[in-house]
Amino acid sequence: MRRFVRVAWLIMRKDLTVEARSRELLFTTLFFAMSIVLVFAFGFVRDGRPVENAAAGILWIAIAFAGTLALGRTFERERYHDVLHALLLAPVDRPAIYVGKLLGILALLATVEAIVVPLIALMFQAPLFRHPVLAVALLALGTTGFAAVGTLFAAMLVRARSRDVLLPVLLYPITIPVIIAGVRGTAALLQPDADLAMARMWIGMLGFFDVVFLTLSLWTFEPVMTE
Amino acid sequence: MSRRLFLPLVAVAAILFAVAPVFIAWAPYESTMGLVQKIFYFHVPSWIVMFLSAFVCGVASVVFLFKGRAQADRVAVAAAELVVVFGFIGLMTGPLWARKAWGVWWQWDARLTMALVMWMIFIAYLLLREYGGPGSEKLAAGVALFGMANVPFVYWSVNVWRTIHPTTTVVPTLVPGMRSAFWWCAVAFLLLYTAVLMARVRLETQRGELDRLYRELDD
Repeated sequence: MRRFVRVAWLIMRKDLTVEARSRELLFTTLFFAMSIVLVFAFGFVRDGRPVENAAAGILWIAIAFAGTLALGRTFERERYHDVLHALLLAPVDRPAIYVGKLLGILALLATVEAIVVPLIALMFQAPLFRHPVLAVALLALGTTGFAAVGTLFAAMLVRARSRDVLLPVLLYPITIPVIIAGVRGTAALLQPDADLAMARMWIGMLGFFDVVFLTLSLWTFEPVMTE
Repeated sequence: MSRRLFLPLVAVAAILFAVAPVFIAWAPYESTMGLVQKIFYFHVPSWIVMFLSAFVCGVASVVFLFKGRAQADRVAVAAAELVVVFGFIGLMTGPLWARKAWGVWWQWDARLTMALVMWMIFIAYLLLREYGGPGSEKLAAGVALFGMANVPFVYWSVNVWRTIHPTTTVVPTLVPGMRSAFWWCAVAFLLLYTAVLMARVRLETQRGELDRLYRELDD
């Protein structure tokens, strides 16, 4: 168990060190998320005011799109000099590699969200911080669910052709429950009088989704990554 | 064994389909929707078969992923293709009915959304197999497993999101004339599904065998 945690920690640290030196992923993902917000503003702002529930939808679309970009890029890095192959050859638990990559992605997405979420709250006059604990729980559980499936799919697509197109094609239909829960939960919080029971219900569903899909990913990472 | 079963199966399915219009015509008219309700006799069986096929694909994929049996992979790809085919029938007949019953071609209702999501997962599965290059069978098996595990979540979340579609309790409460026509069509669809699945698995097996022979020739 200690070895598992250590391997996961080392892989996450490797990813974060590479990222800290180049900042390539952070800057591109962040700018991409902001571009999405801008593009959606043209669709969902009427007479200078955003339409109802627009902020919740835009927020989760920005997370899903930017997350896909980040997932694709982190694993593209592992393709150079066959790093992923070397990682898989290392005498360590395969699921630990998965957990390490997942933690790296989550750290990156958390940083992006820390900037994009307040930005959306500001630009769309959305009271996202009226219930900070519930809002953070929704974001954390939703991002974890999305990244848990995304990390597995991005890892297995490293060996596939046309992986850039296939990642979103596979990822979005499977993560639909996360998107619905995220958008509906956030919308419940953003209503004039927030529906806290509804938000808690969606948070519970996200937690359950995370547990099931993390377990499945840990279970299938080994067979799908074996050639 | 499966070859000897195949022809009788096709014959019985063909007879059932040939007689089905008679049963459907005999069945009483539904009081509010009238004639258009008769789409039901092909619409619901095609969805039943689609979900059955999705389940077959999921189970076959798990067997392939953990036991590595090539035959399981052949069943999985055949079942996935049939999910898309029968899902397409459902997605075509549904809007025709909806246009008359609800006045719109499509509603973002729970069951419709759920079926669309399932259908898209299996299209994604086939796209991965087609364009993923060598070794994509294993990756596709992972996708099928996740797709199957996703069913309760999609079902639950779209259900809370919104529902206007008739519930699953419709079938047991049908009046006798409707019930016999419905089950007649359901059995016809099931037999057709079994026959096509068998033919498709056989094609895939022979393709695998041909590949093996080519490789032997090369060596």
